[in-house]
Amino acid sequence: MIKVFVPRDSTALSLGADRTAKAIAAEAQKRGIEIELVRNGSRGLFWLEPFVEVATDKGRVAYAPVQPKDVPSLFDADFLHAGAHPLNLGLTESLNWLKKQQRLTFARIGITDPVSLDDYIAHDGYKGLANALKMSGADIVKTVTDSGLRGRGGAAFPTGIKWNTVLNSPADQKYIVCNADEGDSGTYSDRMVMEDDPYVLIEGMTIAGVAVGATQGYIYLRSEYPHALKVLNEAIEKANQAGYLGDNICGSGKAFHLEVRRAAGAYVCGEETSLLESLEGKRGLVRFKPPLPAIEGLFGKPTVVNNVISLATIPIILDKGAQFYADYGMGRSRGTLPIQLAGNLKQGGLVELAFGATLRELLYDFGGGSASGKPIRAVQVGGPLGAYLPESQFDTPLDYEEFSKLWAVLGHGGIVAFDDTVDMAKMARYAFEFCAIESCGKCTPCRIGSTRGVEVMDKITSGKDHAKNIQLVRDLSDTMLNGSLCALGGMTPYPVLSALNHFPEDFGLNKKEVAA
Amino acid sequence: MTTVLSSHESAQIDAQIQVHRDKPGALLPVLHAIQDTLGYVPEAAYPQIAHALALSVAEVHGVVTFYHHFRTHPVGKHVLQVCRAESCQAMGAEKLEAHIKSTLGIDYHQTTADGAITLEPVYCLGNCACSPAVLMDEELYGRVDSQKIVEIIHEARVAS
Repeated sequence: MIKVFVPRDSTALSLGADRTAKAIAAEAQKRGIEIELVRNGSRGLFWLEPFVEVATDKGRVAYAPVQPKDVPSLFDADFLHAGAHPLNLGLTESLNWLKKQQRLTFARIGITDPVSLDDYIAHDGYKGLANALKMSGADIVKTVTDSGLRGRGGAAFPTGIKWNTVLNSPADQKYIVCNADEGDSGTYSDRMVMEDDPYVLIEGMTIAGVAVGATQGYIYLRSEYPHALKVLNEAIEKANQAGYLGDNICGSGKAFHLEVRRAAGAYVCGEETSLLESLEGKRGLVRFKPPLPAIEGLFGKPTVVNNVISLATIPIILDKGAQFYADYGMGRSRGTLPIQLAGNLKQGGLVELAFGATLRELLYDFGGGSASGKPIRAVQVGGPLGAYLPESQFDTPLDYEEFSKLWAVLGHGGIVAFDDTVDMAKMARYAFEFCAIESCGKCTPCRIGSTRGVEVMDKITSGKDHAKNIQLVRDLSDTMLNGSLCALGGMTPYPVLSALNHFPEDFGLNKKEVAA
Repeated sequence: MTTVLSSHESAQIDAQIQVHRDKPGALLPVLHAIQDTLGYVPEAAYPQIAHALALSVAEVHGVVTFYHHFRTHPVGKHVLQVCRAESCQAMGAEKLEAHIKSTLGIDYHQTTADGAITLEPVYCLGNCACSPAVLMDEELYGRVDSQKIVEIIHEARVAS
């Protein structure tokens, strides 16, 4: 029977993939043709969703974007046998956009049926866990350390070092917590992993549990991701039934239990200590550090808190070895980064590449330039707390240290492009506003500073005491930067000051006035 | 303002508490379950929740009001969440927001007079490659423009 693939990823659904799938099923039935309709994950070419594929002897052939009205003509053109049609893009694997990528964490995404455990196993799934179960905890941790993997949530802290602390903190109970509170605008790679390849996250968490001796895991999932919740729960149930989770994982005698917990719309809960408070059923107030969560985390017990992408990268490292992963990348940024192209771009989507590609390659070679056709004027990398970069910095390679030299961050790998209609003073004001809405309120620089920031920005844009208020924004940013308890208040100055320094004309200044 | 719960509501709340009360850190799962059932978390339910989880009413109030997701008042039949974050702004979300507010005749956190739609702001729906995005109940939409949003609102009204 011929296999037809129509993605079930949220973005595909948001562009009508369900209607397309129904239309294909109905048309096939009408014509008396038997097909097997697979709801796969998305390949990540989001501007082409709904992205339909047909399995042929030569590989999968893509037709995109397919709306219900296109379906009869696709059947007329015999698309089930790769027939010619204006929407025929040829073999999916031959598409330049995919060929140029290095998909390690995203190796299966878009190819498999996300909730099929058989599909997962047939595509190298659970090989990493099989290896891990033959190793000592210390050896697993060493492999992760040697791979050079750094926290993909944004902080870029070496994952292996965090695990090692938990491994060496004796306790009657330890926890693995997955931070799936992906709140940064311009990011969706966590969502894709959870919706399109949930078992890779489950496997990664299980390996983490085996490595450090934790028997309970929690996925703290943002409430804005209803589809991810359903997929994760279905996958966890199947993994339990098949013995990949539970009291005796794969007959090893080791236990690992996993539960999804829904967040409740607080951005600050992406900060690890605030997240732990929330999991404990409290207000998501940021904790003082020390103690580190690795020593006193959830319910006061040693806890690994890792981002979705960090954990989802563990299986391939344990499958192919530390060196395989470390061979990708540049400098101290080892491996690959799933980059998310967003905002005003013609071709938005998921690009996984080894560290080292430049922003310009991503914006133009992959992104195809702006969606509006106007020049790209500013790019925000790393979410709402990331700096705005002007065109003169587009040749910067994606590398944690190179970005830090520019007083910018890679964060979770989200890239949001703005065309030349953007008002950067407005974006600076928005950064303060967002911080005021999301501040947990524990520390003064963030709680009060964010609100004062909005007020000062309003004075600047209305021209009131202009020079004085520009200086005030700088002073306020300095206080927030150095005096806040966590990255929310501490990094809000990144978008604010980068906007001011790179785009002074939007703040009513001449370029020359901002040599600082 | 605290209103009195009907015995039916009270029983529904109690049923949800019973399902989740023994979980470690049970308060958020309990609140989610209550909001999923009733559409909001009534303030009148605080004592019942607090008692079951051995918390103070103030603690329950503190948690409910900390999180943007929880509501203490009933909402319309449908909840429309409009993304205000940067990626959507880069694709004209501000204009879309204004259009939605004028179409519905309400501001954020308000419900249309016919009780059909409650409007909420949201900061990222993870659909940033196809901005601007909105979420109608649990249905996500991408590349939403002034025409598409009218259809989305119409479909929701017809469905209710």
